Amino acid sequence: MSTAPAEVDLPRSANKPVSDRPWVTIVWNDPVNLMSYVTYVFQHVFGYPKKKATKLMLDVHHKGKAVVAAGAREAMEHNVEVLHGYGLWATVRQDN
Amino acid sequence: MEPFRSVRGGGARVWLAAAEASLLRNLVSQIMTLVEPGASDPPSGAGPSRGPSAGAPDDLDALEAMLYPPGAAQTPEDPVLARLLPDAYSDDPEAAGEFRKYTEPALRSAKYEVARQMLDTLPEAGGRIQLSNAEALSWLKALNDVRLALGVRLGVTEEFEQDWAKLKPDDPQWTAYEVYAWLGAVQESLVQALA
Repeated sequence: MSTAPAEVDLPRSANKPVSDRPWVTIVWNDPVNLMSYVTYVFQHVFGYPKKKATKLMLDVHHKGKAVVAAGAREAMEHNVEVLHGYGLWATVRQDN
Repeated sequence: MEPFRSVRGGGARVWLAAAEASLLRNLVSQIMTLVEPGASDPPSGAGPSRGPSAGAPDDLDALEAMLYPPGAAQTPEDPVLARLLPDAYSDDPEAAGEFRKYTEPALRSAKYEVARQMLDTLPEAGGRIQLSNAEALSWLKALNDVRLALGVRLGVTEEFEQDWAKLKPDDPQWTAYEVYAWLGAVQESLVQALA
């Protein structure tokens, strides 16, 4: 299976001040959630096409976690609330 | 069980034996008891003070606290609840606590509601069950919560199949492993029917 990096595009942030760095939504691997279910959730919550949703799911599965969205803090917190509703293990943090 | 099939025009249908329907109803009811809003400890005042009891409260804060009473800020001690209601910040306990205070009650309600919708559409006698898209989505979420809870209790790992194969059929956990595997098959067929 593919282990290519996630397709979510993040602005390059290494030289930006902390306040300008985007926030990200991270989904962590867990042994319970079905791979098909995680893909389904990424498609339905984020509207990602199946190919992108599958690639992100495989990133979560093989690398232990993946950044599934980036943007304003409030939007990322909203993502996490929605993903917790689906039973995915999701967290927010500022990109570093 | 006859696996879920998609229904023309949306939704899904399944056939369940009475014993299977009864098992699902039992497991989903347990989740409702677990996540029922207000079922856990009341907030103990942890975290920065906010709300009507914080000295001279800001009017808007007081109003917000009345409309949306905050829950507890602490991660639940029960590992099953901690998995169903996870921390939103993995490296910032203070932010995680603040987030939890203001979102956990709604998350509990949402989980309670999908479980209740599943029970409402799951006859005790089983049989042929047809679900709308919205009902099927509630089943999907509620089934996932049941699998998360059972998975945590069993200490399921990525090597579930191998771990199960090592158990003797008379092991007290064998039946729980069998139920867990069956729930995975039910959920997998529902995902495929909706995909």
